[in-house]
Amino acid sequence: MTAPFSTTGVPRLARGVKLRFDRSRERHVLLLPETVVELNGTGTAILQLCDGQRTVADIVAALREQYADVPEGQVVAYLAKLAERRHLEIHE
Amino acid sequence: MSEIDGDAAERSSTTVEGPLGLLAELTYRCPLACAYCSNPIELAAYRDELDTAEWQRVITEAAELGALQCHLSGGEPLLRRDLADLVRTAAEQGLYTNLVTSALGFTAKRAAELHDAGLDHVQVSLQADEPALSDRIAGLPSFARKIDAARRVRELGWPLTLNVVLHRQNIDRIPEILAAAEELEADRIELANTQYYGWAALNRAALLPSREQLAEAEVVVREAKERLRGRMEIIYVIPDYYATYPKPCMGGWGARQLVVVPTGDALPCLAAHGLPLPSANVREHDLAWIWRDSPMFSAYRGTDWMQDPCRSCDRREVDLGGCRCQAFALTGDATRTDPVCHLSPDHGIVEAAVAEANEERTPVDLPLVPRRERQRN
Ligand SMILES: C[S@@+](CC[C@H](N)C(=O)[O-])C[C@H]1O[C@@H](n2cnc3c(N)ncnc32)[C@H](O)[C@@H]1O
Ligand code: SF4
Ligand code: SF4
Repeated sequence: MTAPFSTTGVPRLARGVKLRFDRSRERHVLLLPETVVELNGTGTAILQLCDGQRTVADIVAALREQYADVPEGQVVAYLAKLAERRHLEIHE
Repeated sequence: MSEIDGDAAERSSTTVEGPLGLLAELTYRCPLACAYCSNPIELAAYRDELDTAEWQRVITEAAELGALQCHLSGGEPLLRRDLADLVRTAAEQGLYTNLVTSALGFTAKRAAELHDAGLDHVQVSLQADEPALSDRIAGLPSFARKIDAARRVRELGWPLTLNVVLHRQNIDRIPEILAAAEELEADRIELANTQYYGWAALNRAALLPSREQLAEAEVVVREAKERLRGRMEIIYVIPDYYATYPKPCMGGWGARQLVVVPTGDALPCLAAHGLPLPSANVREHDLAWIWRDSPMFSAYRGTDWMQDPCRSCDRREVDLGGCRCQAFALTGDATRTDPVCHLSPDHGIVEAAVAEANEERTPVDLPLVPRRERQRN
């Protein structure tokens, strides 16, 4: 697939976006000024790896240690979606 | 992390899900006098403000109930000397903290203090793109200070959201407003058409735009969204007087948001002052009871309270019958269909206001009544 960024890019949460565990609802969420984004297990696993150090390729490799089947295209597409919504910044 | 077992019992005893956000209206005092202000008219009735410890308890209880966000608003929240202490409490509770401010009083010193306390996000309101109009709408020279403050937000590394309330007197300037926002490198701008609560209801005739003005605004916004995609997020809140259906106000009564006003009354919507329901004050009750059981929060939860046409309408779960406070303000009965809905038997009230706004002889710059505390004898 054609990605809008290369797998050497380094993703991290955008300014003002926080990843948090929501105790009362037992799920992870992204917190933004006016929005709460509910995350599923995979989304959480990916975002926990977006630490501003790892490249996209590193993140895929780390996910492969946790999960059997990790299609790179899907991880890239997920990151691209979050970047488009400005929840995530991807630095080259 | 196997907390699942322990929580199962607790879950089943809790039929009502907790709030997502706490809107803390810390004070209704404000240096500005915006004619569109949603604050209640009887400002003098809100002088007995909760003290620091009381607000800290409210914030802590809201977090325990499940709130994830804490919006610090007012009035002007910077007039509270203890603002940084309240931010710190909210941050310690893990809440996402958002300051909603006119930016008057957002000095370098205050900004640094709030930054240290863990404030996550700042929303600065602008009245227009240039001083003359901005100051006229705000009722006080303030434009230059707002711009300085917006820059300070960026300098300290916060994301910057600008809030602009749109109405008849500034809606023609959206291109210039967006240019100003771009120049300030805002991350987001909310262009929110006025909701007719409080002082805005009083000033409605001078604030309601014409159909022509709105059509133009929508074109401008659509183009700008396209052009600024990925750089600046534009949130455009449509004016419900011109909509066919109402908005699902606050995501439902007592469903997502919890508002606490300066004197400690808890409300499901910031416009719910004066509804004929027994007040639920945090000085008398804990927040859990208020949220789950108080008549104030249970009255219009869900759809059981509805009358026709909502009761038998297939959109009742979509828009929840609109805004209870608007229904009450316009008809005197909070259980009626929101009159902005074209199916409402009271829709004529809204149509009359809209017709007036579209009369050719109605000027764009009718006089505004500034928000002001009435002089006590
Ligand atoms: C009531 S103000 C209090 C905070 C601060 N004084 C300010 O103006 O930013 C909270 C937010 O609501 C917006 N607002 C005020 N009156 C409104 C109205 N009638 N309709 C929609 N938004 C409104 C303001 O622009 C501001 O962003
Ligand atoms: S909207 Fe204007 S008058 Fe109302 S609280 Fe905010 S700054 Fe003050
Ligand atoms: S009748 Fe009630 S439920 Fe139906 S669209 Fe109008 S406000 Fe919504």
